[in-house]
Amino acid sequence: MSDPNKEWPLWEVFVRGKGGLSHRHVGSVHAADAKMALEHARDTYTRRMEGVSIWVLPSAQITASDPADADALFAPAEDKVYRHPTFYKIPDGVTHI
Amino acid sequence: MDALVTYALRLGDDSLVLGQRLSEWCGHAPALEIDLSLANVALDQIGQATHFLALAGALESKGRDADQLAFRRDVMDFTNCLLVEQPNGDFAQTIARQFLFAQYQTLLFAEMARVKDERFAAIAAKALKEVSYHATLASDWVVRLGDGTEESKARMIAGLDWMWRFADELFLMDDVDVAAINAGAGVDKAALTAAWDSRVDAVLVEARLERPPARRAIVGGRSGRHSEHLGHMLSEMQFLQRAYPDAEW
Repeated sequence: MSDPNKEWPLWEVFVRGKGGLSHRHVGSVHAADAKMALEHARDTYTRRMEGVSIWVLPSAQITASDPADADALFAPAEDKVYRHPTFYKIPDGVTHI
Repeated sequence: MDALVTYALRLGDDSLVLGQRLSEWCGHAPALEIDLSLANVALDQIGQATHFLALAGALESKGRDADQLAFRRDVMDFTNCLLVEQPNGDFAQTIARQFLFAQYQTLLFAEMARVKDERFAAIAAKALKEVSYHATLASDWVVRLGDGTEESKARMIAGLDWMWRFADELFLMDDVDVAAINAGAGVDKAALTAAWDSRVDAVLVEARLERPPARRAIVGGRSGRHSEHLGHMLSEMQFLQRAYPDAEW
């Protein structure tokens, strides 16, 4: 376990809570291959009936944004309130919105 | 003793002893994820044991519940097959035991889920979903270890070699089995051997392993003739209830 090169690769785990919901990231597992990753994800993250479907993907396949770029990436959206759909009058009869 | 009581006891003891054995891995497995996998299988088995032993106690109607049957019987009163009491050994030996037994349980419960006696059928139907996963999990590991490195292959062969002698006992039929079948609760285990052979062989082929040579089968668990390993296991499992009878938490 001490030699990091001997560890199994890391996989990210996504679980669909129930039909109609999207898969949500719940954590990660170590596994030698995709099938083992699915089994480990099942045994680690769905023990309390959390899911109806599991996705796993190699963590190395994820390209992440750099936190150092956060200002350039996300700050410009801060003053664009007109991008939120808050300027509409909602008809009285519409309940689920 | 009534045959159905014994029949339920055997089923409960198989699951209980295997569940206890597997839970010995807790905190010791080769990886955190495997620790959880083995603990999950152990909990499934202990859940099955709870149902079958509760049923045995109810059929016996002497006021013994599942806990009393699990913790207050001595080793020669246990009726589990010898396979499930075999020591964990290394990970491959544990996988070998799990593989052979899960294939058997899957076939057994698939049949039992269709018997006339609804009490047995209901437990079997619930357990079938659990043991189907155990069979997949164990089979995958047999393939990984068998078709892995030189060391993992050697360990898998040694593990199967240890466990193979105890497989025949799974399918032995005696008066209790026949009486249970006649009562609409039992399964003809002897009729499961062909399907078991072909499932086991298919996995061994995929794992590029030879089927271990046939050897003289070791039997006796059903009538209470156990290996030395079971007594040691029970002394740990039953310690608390023996030292502090009726302790609850």
